[in-house]
Amino acid sequence: MKPADTLKPPVPVRLVPAFFALSLSYLLLGLLFGTVGSLQYVLPDFLKEALSFQKTRPLHVYLVTSWIFTAAQGAVYYFLPRAAGRPLRWPAGAWLHWALQLLTSAIIVGCFFTGRFGGREYLEFPPALGGLIALSWVPFAVNFFATLRPRYRNAPVYHYSWTVGIVFFFITLSESYLWLVDHFFDNPVRDITVQWKALGSMVGSWNMLIYGCTMFVMSRIKGNEELARSRGAFFFFFLGFTNLLFNWGHHTYVVPAAPWVRNVSYIISMTELVLLAQLLWNFRRSLSEAQLSFRKLTCRLISLADGWVLLNLTVAIAISVPALNRYTHGTHITVAHAMGATIGINTMLLLASLTYVLQQEKPRALARYLGPLKRGVTLTNGALLVFWIALVGGGLVKIAGQLESQSFATIMQHCAPFFKLFAGSGLLILVGLTMVIFGLLGVLAAREGRPAATAPKAGVGRSRQPANAHAPQAASQAPAQV
Amino acid sequence: MTRFRIFLTLIGAYLLYSGFVFTKGTETAMKPAPHPTELAMAGKRIFQDYNCAACHQVYGLGGYLGPDLTTAWSDPKRGPRYVEALIRSGGSRMPNFQFTDSQVKELVAYLAFIDATAAHETR
Repeated sequence: MKPADTLKPPVPVRLVPAFFALSLSYLLLGLLFGTVGSLQYVLPDFLKEALSFQKTRPLHVYLVTSWIFTAAQGAVYYFLPRAAGRPLRWPAGAWLHWALQLLTSAIIVGCFFTGRFGGREYLEFPPALGGLIALSWVPFAVNFFATLRPRYRNAPVYHYSWTVGIVFFFITLSESYLWLVDHFFDNPVRDITVQWKALGSMVGSWNMLIYGCTMFVMSRIKGNEELARSRGAFFFFFLGFTNLLFNWGHHTYVVPAAPWVRNVSYIISMTELVLLAQLLWNFRRSLSEAQLSFRKLTCRLISLADGWVLLNLTVAIAISVPALNRYTHGTHITVAHAMGATIGINTMLLLASLTYVLQQEKPRALARYLGPLKRGVTLTNGALLVFWIALVGGGLVKIAGQLESQSFATIMQHCAPFFKLFAGSGLLILVGLTMVIFGLLGVLAAREGRPAATAPKAGVGRSRQPANAHAPQAASQAPAQV
Repeated sequence: MTRFRIFLTLIGAYLLYSGFVFTKGTETAMKPAPHPTELAMAGKRIFQDYNCAACHQVYGLGGYLGPDLTTAWSDPKRGPRYVEALIRSGGSRMPNFQFTDSQVKELVAYLAFIDATAAHETR
């Protein structure tokens, strides 16, 4: 494997920033619609006819999930040539991927605004658009396999994670459209079970993309590639992979499928978060103080994700126990778990990857925006904790109401204080993440010469300043890349 | 090599397990559940076309702004008439979707069908 410093050019100069900018735009829009949706909990008439919850929820969910996988894809495009030791195989394909992703999301958002649904939970758009999503992933998959040419016998763990993330996205996306076949559509038990199965594993697939990026970043920061080849890393990867394949069933305890479907998932349970917590915990302890201070924001984001892993782990274990799941399922405790996972874990880890890349490429610009970024991260995590507690509180009130056979309207009235807290803290999350988003967009837009080592080749991309204009500073701030 | 074998074994187990879930695992529980009618399946399509799952759950899948509808049809506090009235005119949080008479019938038929499959285990 060649060191990355010798790669010319590893990836088109503007490609990764384009993916990051697109993903951050998704996040901003997703947050806005999520905030409107949360306000509709406390103000039922708010935009009830013009932009009802029927539209705001899918807009929020689609855009936020788009943030997750688009940011992960951008990070993979950056890491891929560095992991492979050769330039990206099909740069034009990567741009095609970006354009298709933008086109698909524009059509889907348009469908939601105009009330054209016809799909299913989390994929509410007309089913034909599922094909367009799959098509947009094809250039990504081609670039991944053609650039990395993975040899799994002696590969680092992130090769496996990324492979699983890509392959299982296609598998689970296809599976989520099995309802188009009568064998599934006409049998609601089968239909719902398979839908939970597909969606549960699909979440696992993009988690694998994120975990692969995190492992790459961790091994580079530590300067120890063996971290990603160790037995421990693979042990945790296989446990996580097993969870991806089989643990979806804890969502289906209420579905009258065969009992062994529930038993399998209960046995497998939610151990995936333990794996990551263990990895991150060991990583942080082993870092030297100098390394910690150098990449403080990236390390801080990983540490915050670490905390959310532990908190979510507690909830995950609780809601995986059938006796408790009977009460918690269908309450906002499940939402708390989802929010903790997507904002607390996924978003923090993705932001860690983004800041790592920006530290490599635009260290001076990143330093300029460091203050607002750190404040935004702190505000987001503080507000998320309140948000999370409010959701758990609302869930507990609902459980109590259900045990007393209260009507849905009465339960909603009793939940109102928690919903106000949830909407208020949601607004603060919007403010905090907006600070982060605009800070990162500012860094992405900043004019800064790139280190000579990663200077682009003519015709593939160009920097706005001479390639080595700031090379001394960048080189002094950035440790050797692999 | 061992790692790759474990990897392939897990994928093989997943494929086998998926096959069972698609057939046996979701078949036995349906006996003697009712056969879907055209009316109920038309109601299911309307449920998707209007994205009712944004607010309502069926078997735990869906949003939380509105009540779970899995057993709404047989619920003594709700029942067919209550369900039909809400579908026709909406509620404090639910918009009035201006459903036609036939759409209302199809949606009610779908909820009755879902209810029958859900109640099967407890009967």
